[in-house]
Amino acid sequence: MSSRRSRSSRQTGASMISEDQINDLVLQLHRLLPELGNNNRRSGKVSASKVLQETCTYIRNLNKEVDDLSERLSQLLESTDSAQAALIRSLLM
Amino acid sequence: MADTEQPPTNLNRSSTALVRRKKSLSASSPSSSRGNAASVSTGDGESHARWRSEKQHRNYSAKLIQALKQVRRGSSSTFSAAATSPPPMAAQKRGKAVREAADRALAVSARGRTLWSRAILANRIKLKFRKHKRPRRTVIPAVTTVVAVTGASSGGGRKRRVSVVRLNKKSLPTVNRKISVLGRLVPGCKKESVPVILEEATDYIQALEMQVRAMKSLVELLSGSAPPPI
Repeated sequence: MSSRRSRSSRQTGASMISEDQINDLVLQLHRLLPELGNNNRRSGKVSASKVLQETCTYIRNLNKEVDDLSERLSQLLESTDSAQAALIRSLLM
Repeated sequence: MADTEQPPTNLNRSSTALVRRKKSLSASSPSSSRGNAASVSTGDGESHARWRSEKQHRNYSAKLIQALKQVRRGSSSTFSAAATSPPPMAAQKRGKAVREAADRALAVSARGRTLWSRAILANRIKLKFRKHKRPRRTVIPAVTTVVAVTGASSGGGRKRRVSVVRLNKKSLPTVNRKISVLGRLVPGCKKESVPVILEEATDYIQALEMQVRAMKSLVELLSGSAPPPI
């Protein structure tokens, strides 16, 4: 394990990253994703392309959610008055 | 504990529940986080803790409130200055302004440790001075070098042109193509290497989740409160 680590740290080229590192990262990513299909959290290999596909979809969904929420926030902000803003400020500090 | 303190209930309750759930998930697989090489610095548990802690929540919410107040102040001043702008168009612009303010607050909370946060903060400055985009070089994945020396019939050794193209690893198999798509989604990672994109994506997803949670609770707070403060 340590030899692999020292070897990869010496190699600076982008294409010299070991497969294991990439697999680890993909696994990390997979853990973050909302687990809809796999309830039992498959311990075997997860398909990298599927993980990436779901990641892209998930990021797009999150972005869309943030856009919608900011839209609502802007509408709420224009209707609320400064008293409520002070109230929220006191609540959150 | 949570019962005596009434005010920041939404954020506290949801965040502690999520922190507990995520902690159990990350605890069940400690080996992979330890197996990360030195070049990929953040382990799984660390990035989880970064975006799930209550301190981070409160930090981000405070910044968000300040940013939103600035947006409001900015928009109201423009309203008084130019009263001719119709409401629906201004609303869309204000929605975008809110999104940008929220993104900026999020990027600041990242403390500049990640690429996407730096890209978000840098974009705001670059946008004003942006000129033409650089023409993109089209990279053909196939490597074709055809050199044909024809005989004397065509008039003295005409060589067909050699087309040497760059072997772009990202455009070969499907997986690498998806990774480059992912890189375009995360701000600032369009031309990064594969592990960098993956790491930035993990951090970006967690930051976005926190942003969604914070904005949801804020919307709840604002829309649910009708009576004036006592």
